[in-house]
Amino acid sequence: MLKDPYNIIITGVGGQGNVMAARIVGNMLALQGFYVTIGETFGASQRGGSVMSHLRVSKKTVWSPQMPKGKADLIVALEPIESLRVLAQYGNSETAVISNTRPVYPVGVICGDLKYPTMDELNASLLQLCSKIYFIDATEKAIQLGNPILSNVIMIGAAAGLNVVPMEESDFEKIMSVSLPPEKMKINMEGFKLGKSMTSS
Amino acid sequence: MSILDYKDGSVNLLMGNEAIARGAVEAGVRVAAGYPGTPSSEIIENLAAVAGKAGLYVEWSVNEKVSLEVAAAGSFAGLRSMCVMKQNGVNVASDFLLHLGLSGTRAGMVLVPCDDPGAISSVNEGESRHFARLLELPLIEPGNFQEAIDMIKWAFELSEKIRNVVVVRSVTRLSHASGNVKVGTLPKNNDTPVFKYDGNLLDALNGPVITAPVPFKHRQQQEKLKAVAEIFETSEFNTYTGPENPELLIITSSACSLYSLEAVNVLELDKRVGVLKLGTTYPLPEKLVKKHVASAKKILFVEEVQPFLEDLTKIAAAAWEDVGVKKYHGKYDASIPTVNELNPDIVIAALTKILGIDYRPVPEDYEKKGTILSFTGAPNREVTFCPGCPHRASFWSIHNVLTLQGKGGFVCGDIGCYTIGILGAGFNTLKTTHSMGSGLGIASGFGKLRGLGMKQDAVAVCGDSTFFHSIIPALVNAVHVKSDMMLIVFDNKGTAMTGFQPHPGTETDAMGAKVNALNIESICRAIGADVHVSDPFDITGTQDKLFDLIENGKGPRVLIMQQSCALSPEKKGKNKYVMNVDESLCRGENCGCDRFCTKIFRCPGLVWNRDKSVSMIDSVICTGCGVCKNICPAGAIKSEEVKAC
Repeated sequence: MLKDPYNIIITGVGGQGNVMAARIVGNMLALQGFYVTIGETFGASQRGGSVMSHLRVSKKTVWSPQMPKGKADLIVALEPIESLRVLAQYGNSETAVISNTRPVYPVGVICGDLKYPTMDELNASLLQLCSKIYFIDATEKAIQLGNPILSNVIMIGAAAGLNVVPMEESDFEKIMSVSLPPEKMKINMEGFKLGKSMTSS
Repeated sequence: MSILDYKDGSVNLLMGNEAIARGAVEAGVRVAAGYPGTPSSEIIENLAAVAGKAGLYVEWSVNEKVSLEVAAAGSFAGLRSMCVMKQNGVNVASDFLLHLGLSGTRAGMVLVPCDDPGAISSVNEGESRHFARLLELPLIEPGNFQEAIDMIKWAFELSEKIRNVVVVRSVTRLSHASGNVKVGTLPKNNDTPVFKYDGNLLDALNGPVITAPVPFKHRQQQEKLKAVAEIFETSEFNTYTGPENPELLIITSSACSLYSLEAVNVLELDKRVGVLKLGTTYPLPEKLVKKHVASAKKILFVEEVQPFLEDLTKIAAAAWEDVGVKKYHGKYDASIPTVNELNPDIVIAALTKILGIDYRPVPEDYEKKGTILSFTGAPNREVTFCPGCPHRASFWSIHNVLTLQGKGGFVCGDIGCYTIGILGAGFNTLKTTHSMGSGLGIASGFGKLRGLGMKQDAVAVCGDSTFFHSIIPALVNAVHVKSDMMLIVFDNKGTAMTGFQPHPGTETDAMGAKVNALNIESICRAIGADVHVSDPFDITGTQDKLFDLIENGKGPRVLIMQQSCALSPEKKGKNKYVMNVDESLCRGENCGCDRFCTKIFRCPGLVWNRDKSVSMIDSVICTGCGVCKNICPAGAIKSEEVKAC
């Protein structure tokens, strides 16, 4: 691991499965013997609002469930513009960003009061704040695999593909098989591998 | 995977609430009760899931006060018991808690309030810590995930030592956060509950459980607290990290201790600043605190919302003639804010100011650039109702009828998802919001102002769980005094906001057993209100009924709007319709409705296609409720029934 603690933020919109994604990653890293602290936002903010989970990964100790500003090492955005919102608050010029390309439009955009940026515009904004940016069309790929819900698994795979923290395929399998029936394991493993192939060089 | 499945002695990633639940089972808890409320709900849920296997009785009670009474019965009958609620639940339970503290308990009894500083999932940032002091009960606060499990176990032992309730306070950032926890062993415990009452009045273990004679019992309670203070002096849950004689001493507890340690780490102050983390916070372990205060020149209290540790320490310090003059920082010199939750950055800011350190997490221009870019490039995301939520349709009808009527009628709100009816998502319909059940109480008052000349119609809304929790007495009041007002019950068949816990109107209880489902309609009728029922997805029918009831009705009226929550187990993932927009019929910007569907109704599943200038369905988000079909004046929104396979 490059840093201790290594700080990951998984962000998205209420209802996207943010909490579950953070727990899967956290459990995978706990299996590797790390102290993992996850701070989650849910409850009222779940209703279509922005949500994020802070993951602190350390060999040494427990860290605060809220990370200090400027300390995020990796941001995984299940929804595109949330990457920018979180990067501006918790990122620095070295932060890596993995972002889904499928928007969930805020009501302000739905009603036409606000404009949602194009992916090119978003990329340009992100590039002013950091340089390691990966856009993943996770939702489209998940629909091709058969269910949009698999987009989170693809995003987790993409995070694993960066190889910055030891997120092993075998650990992913172990964690998922605790809660998933065997018939659903194959498609989830496929999603993980697909995501991984999209960021690993 | 349940909390029983973790192997004895294994280390697992547990949510704070899971750790608390597991700790209770390890302590041999047999009775657990509570009322759902974020961030506390998962504790009872986790216990309910293992009730049968672990031999527990677990209950979602009608409200917090009753849950505390149910748990107390367990303790009185010799079984360890626990009661769980969110911060404002303690207000509801506090009358019984006052008397329970005075009567004392028998088998270990623990109250777990989960506070929500910053009101992340609340409409208040009330604090349970102050109740411990007010009602003279011991208070302990886990500072990390391991302590969440360990301190719960200790709390039961402590409760049995003093035969009184022990309060174990958690906060959102502990309850709803996760960390590595080493679990202990599960006990075998099948004691038969017996309530002994034949002893004399003063016999705490065999006599009747009462608060009289009050001065005697009160003195006894205070003696217990003194004994606890002595135990607290040497508790392993009070820890110190830092140099022997720090320049500045932080006194803190709960999740704030993690923020404090983080701040010291970020600023590399480990040689200059010490952190005294108190696990036992009321009564204050004065000798321990004095020892540490004496070792430093400056003291900083890091705690959320109101001063608690700061006040207790300063009161104690008035008698510390031998520690010398100290400079105290905290709430009173505004080093730490008195509102909102804390985080490492706030502690960093306090430390840099007090110690005169210069610190920037990122260069100034980076921060500026980030603020501007996220403001311009990431459109704000206002909280809204889920796609397929019945509340959107209900509020649309209420809003429409009151506007049509044009008499300045308004709605008094209550606590649940529908509280966001204050916002655009609910067409800004709610005009008052306070505590659970208060909407109807306020409306009952407004309804009587007619006699003093008030012309506006008062409407109250509440959810089905809230109805049972605290609406019933307000309805009794309204009917008794013949108040001119209307109650609308949003009956979505469960305690939806907190994760679909059962309530007295549901057919199964927390443990999954069949129970008596009480009928809201029958209760309202029995109380004597004029009662009607509608389906909010039938927009025309609902609006007709509503208009007639508000315009022509008199006295207390009730309309029950029945439609299950879009996230309910019966509906989730099972779309009733496949929706689509017929682009040849959608008139886009030219429609006389002024793009009503996307501009006003604003369901996240219905979006405006800028390129084509028509509305469209986002099939990933749409839950196929079919409501939007009824709102399009051009009939462009089409539904096709999903056939069951």
